[in-house]
Amino acid sequence: MSAQNPDAAKEDRLLPVTMVVNGEKRELRVDPRLSLLDCLREILHLTGTKKGCDHGQCGACTVHIHGRRANSCLALAAVQDGREIVTIEGLGSPGRLHPMQAAFLEHDAYQCGYCTSGQIMSAVALLKETCGATDDDVREFMSGNICRCGAYSNIVAAVQQVRRTQSEKGEP
Amino acid sequence: MKPFELERATDRAAAIAAAAASPTAQQGASIRFLAGGTTLVDLMKLGVEQPERLVDINRLGLEGIEEHRDGGVRIGAAVTNSDLAQHPLIKQRYAALSEAILAGASTQLRNVATTAGNLLQRTRCVYFRNIATPCNKRELGSGCPAIEGANRMLAILGTSAACIATNPSDTAVAMMAYDASVHVEGVSAARSIALKDFYLLPGDRPDRENVLRPGDLVTHVTLPPPPLGEKSAYLKLRDRASYEFALVSTAAAVVVSNGKIMSARFALGGVGTRPWRVPEAEGALIGQPAAEESFRRAADLVLTNAKPQSQNAFKVELAKRCMLETFKRAWR
Repeated sequence: MSAQNPDAAKEDRLLPVTMVVNGEKRELRVDPRLSLLDCLREILHLTGTKKGCDHGQCGACTVHIHGRRANSCLALAAVQDGREIVTIEGLGSPGRLHPMQAAFLEHDAYQCGYCTSGQIMSAVALLKETCGATDDDVREFMSGNICRCGAYSNIVAAVQQVRRTQSEKGEP
Repeated sequence: MKPFELERATDRAAAIAAAAASPTAQQGASIRFLAGGTTLVDLMKLGVEQPERLVDINRLGLEGIEEHRDGGVRIGAAVTNSDLAQHPLIKQRYAALSEAILAGASTQLRNVATTAGNLLQRTRCVYFRNIATPCNKRELGSGCPAIEGANRMLAILGTSAACIATNPSDTAVAMMAYDASVHVEGVSAARSIALKDFYLLPGDRPDRENVLRPGDLVTHVTLPPPPLGEKSAYLKLRDRASYEFALVSTAAAVVVSNGKIMSARFALGGVGTRPWRVPEAEGALIGQPAAEESFRRAADLVLTNAKPQSQNAFKVELAKRCMLETFKRAWR
């Protein structure tokens, strides 16, 4: 049967998935092989999340799953059923930037920009983690995000500024 | 990636029955359990793993960290590396485990990777991960280019003529030192396996890495209560300060009373084909003064049978210094 109609066989393998992406409920049918990263970029057209190594080594694909950062390239879309995903598009937008996005702009914390959305998603997650106060602590917590341009020192400066502002405001 | 079917298991019995149809639970398995996926999905993209079916075990209630009434701890197989490292009980009683976990991978990976998945992660040997090269672990009988090739990161203990791949886990090293047991449910009765008996030496079958059989589902890991007054530490030496696999690492847990060593448990990572523990070297420390000479002698004993490869003779001395420094950090 599948030899006569390969599309039907392919259709058989598709799995229903419902996830909430940037606050919006999305109901999809996906191939089991589809990564969350490819799902976001190719199906939902949320191209702010980038594909770097596609092997969980560079961090360019970092998103938040249930509020925790994860590499979307190593997550299968089909197992995200019922989960809440936030991408860079859900963080802020021109005119109403997340404080971390504004700090990256202010500190020139990027050059080519390819790793930037992943860096920002990690940096925002870091604010709620148990990261120590020093620059070295930030470097350790940000080590899963690689920047080929070498904007690291400005990235640390941006993260530290947002943390200082938060603690002055008495936020966690 | 090769096409596969994905089954979302809703109870353990169904998951076990599904996986039991695989001819092996080792390299070449046609059915794999999927938890965090940080190792498996990576290896499937590389073509190193080519399962026909994945059984999603994320909804089987395998989470949770519980204190046992004897003072030990029970860690669910699906507990994430992040949650385990940050758990107050682990930080307080099993500090080397928390430190070991945090010395591995990145926060993104630790947020997803699970306890059992960490114990079952595969070697980072470049030949294993590259399907264009021979590798006895990936394809038995194809040869081992590492023995004459890029072996700087690879093992100096427990190797064979067929394989010199290092076990890459930090978590397993600390758990080995803490006398962990792995608890498994399978097609027959549930059973417990001491972690020291869990991993196999490569011998002439490097494709077999542990004692798991088709259908075996790791449900949890237990750590016995530490002896009174035990202090522990984990030290990992690597080419980068962060986000890198070990050249050498040590988990050490010692009890020192009146300047004498009452108990010593330690294991090494980065040097063995499995997490490396040497009971004779531990025994030799009991009753000895907690001084550098004692620990140096123990380190010499551990490395007695080391067989350096062409690029990693430095690991012998590095391992001794790593052990020595870890002991100092543990007992002070």
